[in-house]
Amino acid sequence: MLPIGHYLFLGLALFIIGVIGVVTRRNVIVILMSIELILNAVNINLVAFSRLYGDVAGQVFALFIIADAAAEAAVGLGIIIAFFRNRETVLEDEMDLLKW
Amino acid sequence: MTPSGYFLEHLWLIPLFPLVTAALMLFVGRRLPNPAVSVLCVGSVGFSFIFALGAVVQLLSADPEHRFTQQILFEWLTPGQMLLGNGHLIRFTADWGYLLDPLSSVMVLVVTGVGFLIHIYSVGYMGHEGGYYRFFGYMNLFMFSMLTLVLANNMLLMFVGWEGVGLCSYLLIGFYFLKKSASDAGKKAFIVNRIGDAGFILGILLTAATFGTIRFTSAGLGDAATNSGILQALNSALEAHTLAAGASVLTAIALLLFVGACGKSAQIPLYVWLPDAMEGPTPVSALIHAATMVTAGVYMVVRMNAIYQLAPTAMSVVAIVGVITAIFAASMALVQNDIKKVLAYSTISQLGYMFLALGAGAFAAGIFHLMTHAFFKALLFLGAGSVIHAMSGEQDIQKMGGLWGKIPVTAWTFMFATLAIAGIPPLAGFFSKDEILGRAFERHPALWIVGFITAGLTAFYMFRLVFLTFFGYSRADDHAQKHIHESPQTMTLPLVILAVLSVIGGWIGWPASLGGGNLFEKFLEPVVSPARAGAESAKVVEQTSSTEYFLMLASIAVAVAGIWLAYGFYRTKRFAPELIAGKMGSVYRLLFHKYYVDELYDALFVNCTKDLGTLLGKFDAKVIDGVGVDGTGWLARFGSTLSMWWDKWIIDGLLNFGAKLTQLLSFPVRFLQTGTFSTYALLILLGLAILLGYYEQHLHVVLRGAR
Repeated sequence: MLPIGHYLFLGLALFIIGVIGVVTRRNVIVILMSIELILNAVNINLVAFSRLYGDVAGQVFALFIIADAAAEAAVGLGIIIAFFRNRETVLEDEMDLLKW
Repeated sequence: MTPSGYFLEHLWLIPLFPLVTAALMLFVGRRLPNPAVSVLCVGSVGFSFIFALGAVVQLLSADPEHRFTQQILFEWLTPGQMLLGNGHLIRFTADWGYLLDPLSSVMVLVVTGVGFLIHIYSVGYMGHEGGYYRFFGYMNLFMFSMLTLVLANNMLLMFVGWEGVGLCSYLLIGFYFLKKSASDAGKKAFIVNRIGDAGFILGILLTAATFGTIRFTSAGLGDAATNSGILQALNSALEAHTLAAGASVLTAIALLLFVGACGKSAQIPLYVWLPDAMEGPTPVSALIHAATMVTAGVYMVVRMNAIYQLAPTAMSVVAIVGVITAIFAASMALVQNDIKKVLAYSTISQLGYMFLALGAGAFAAGIFHLMTHAFFKALLFLGAGSVIHAMSGEQDIQKMGGLWGKIPVTAWTFMFATLAIAGIPPLAGFFSKDEILGRAFERHPALWIVGFITAGLTAFYMFRLVFLTFFGYSRADDHAQKHIHESPQTMTLPLVILAVLSVIGGWIGWPASLGGGNLFEKFLEPVVSPARAGAESAKVVEQTSSTEYFLMLASIAVAVAGIWLAYGFYRTKRFAPELIAGKMGSVYRLLFHKYYVDELYDALFVNCTKDLGTLLGKFDAKVIDGVGVDGTGWLARFGSTLSMWWDKWIIDGLLNFGAKLTQLLSFPVRFLQTGTFSTYALLILLGLAILLGYYEQHLHVVLRGAR
């Protein structure tokens, strides 16, 4: 069995890739995908610790997060479509009406 | 037996008919076609006449002493308690009620009858004029007011009618209001009448304060209302010796009321409006300024005769003013050239006769002359209108002549009226005028002499008018001559009816000395000489028949002499009028300029009033407007400027200062809000990293615990 550090490293890498994607990319769809990466990084951590401690609750939580991610993707994409219909763009740096 | 019947119960309908059509005309008349206007307006007056006739016939069925019908429709004014001159506190009321007695019977028949004929005539005369509906609206309003005046059962309601006819007179004189002289004449009539009205209303107030009531009489009312009339109050005051004949309060009432009568009935000194009133359409002159309205003063004095009979001083004033007016106006009529002006002065003169009769105590004779005068003077005016119609609007008798054969109906009827006014027996004017002169002779021979001379002048100027208008050769220009034509039947029919009345109208007063019964005087007796305890009974000096015959012959002789003189002056030219006028130049000029009375009034009153008005106007402009209004305005503006500065710099300034301060303080942090969420995400991450770094110790504890 692989030591826990490998799993955590994989989770950390995924998390950092996701965060960089969220912060740097302009396309909202890519940002959504990056958020999925972050969520999956969390899932990997949960499952790894569940395995480590022999406690199944972590895996149950991972399942919940997958369901949540699906709902979030549906809602997020809906918002993006509605936004696109109004502004004909999906670039987040053009969504700046809420500034001073 | 008290009189009763359908028409007596519906007295209130008599004034209502013309009121309804008047309202109709004045509100929607513009949209009605002329024939509808004619039918409605003439018809309503016709209905009034029928109802009046019916009511009088039913009144006649009662015994002479019971010929009173009084109908109180509602209590109109109840001002409440009033303190009388004698210290009694009474409840003063004025009702809206109608009184039909022999006196108002005569008036209501004259007003509706002559009014009806003149309405028919107007259909023809006004047919081509603009404002047809307006004319008939005013005429019907006049009929309503006049009927209210004559049927009123109290002085205040009479005053309502009195003012109503004054208003209609003003409106109708100024009917051609685009013509300045017409609108000026209307204003003059109104203003001069106001002076008289002031006297009348003071008389009403004094009557109310003296007797505690303004109802003429309580006759014809139920038992509950006995002794609620002036007549009854007067009688009880006489019985209680609180008032006596000749008391100064009675004289004051009588004189104040006579001032009102002077204004309405154009007596000296308030006659000046009547000649100018001829600016109105001719039917108006006939109806208002000859037959009905101007006789309202006579009617009012007769209505109040109980008070006059107890005020001998006032009676003398009435007689003297009357007789002076009669001769004064007749002298002015001698030289006028406008056909309607001659008739206007003649009207004033005849009204003077009526007041002479009243002053001489011959109230019935005054009303008798009022009636016959209504017939023949209305006829004269309508005839004059017909002549003017034929002459294409020409009114100057110097430019007429030779109309006798061309407009025969007008000419013949005019001739009858002229004979009637000149006092030729057996036409109407003879009986009434003779009656007046006889009673004047009883009162004082001097009154008779002046009246007698006036009768001669009347015959002279009337025949001057007839000869210049209808006889000789025509002096009109060619254009007018070509258009001479007889008037349509709607105009000639009233002429013929009035001519018949002018001939036979006097016969109901056929004097006893000529074998008649003088029915008219007997008819009026219950009103004009009520039995009164303690009152000085009218000193009846029975004339011997020979005096009476002498007076009669004298008045016929003077009339014939007047006619003969006029014949000599204007027909055979035996005397040249120009020569006489040249010889007596100053007298002629004096008469021609109407004694310069208008100029005198202008100088004395009108200009003074105007100057006062100008002065007050200047005061208004300089002091009230200048200092008061403009000063207040300036102050308000100054104050508001101050207030504006305070508002702008202090109130708004504080607000703006707060806003500016906030803006200034927010300057450094404002740029954090970029609106793009990648910035926010980065910031969140940063915050998370800072938090994690800050709680590093605790993190170790958490992680260790987890392990």
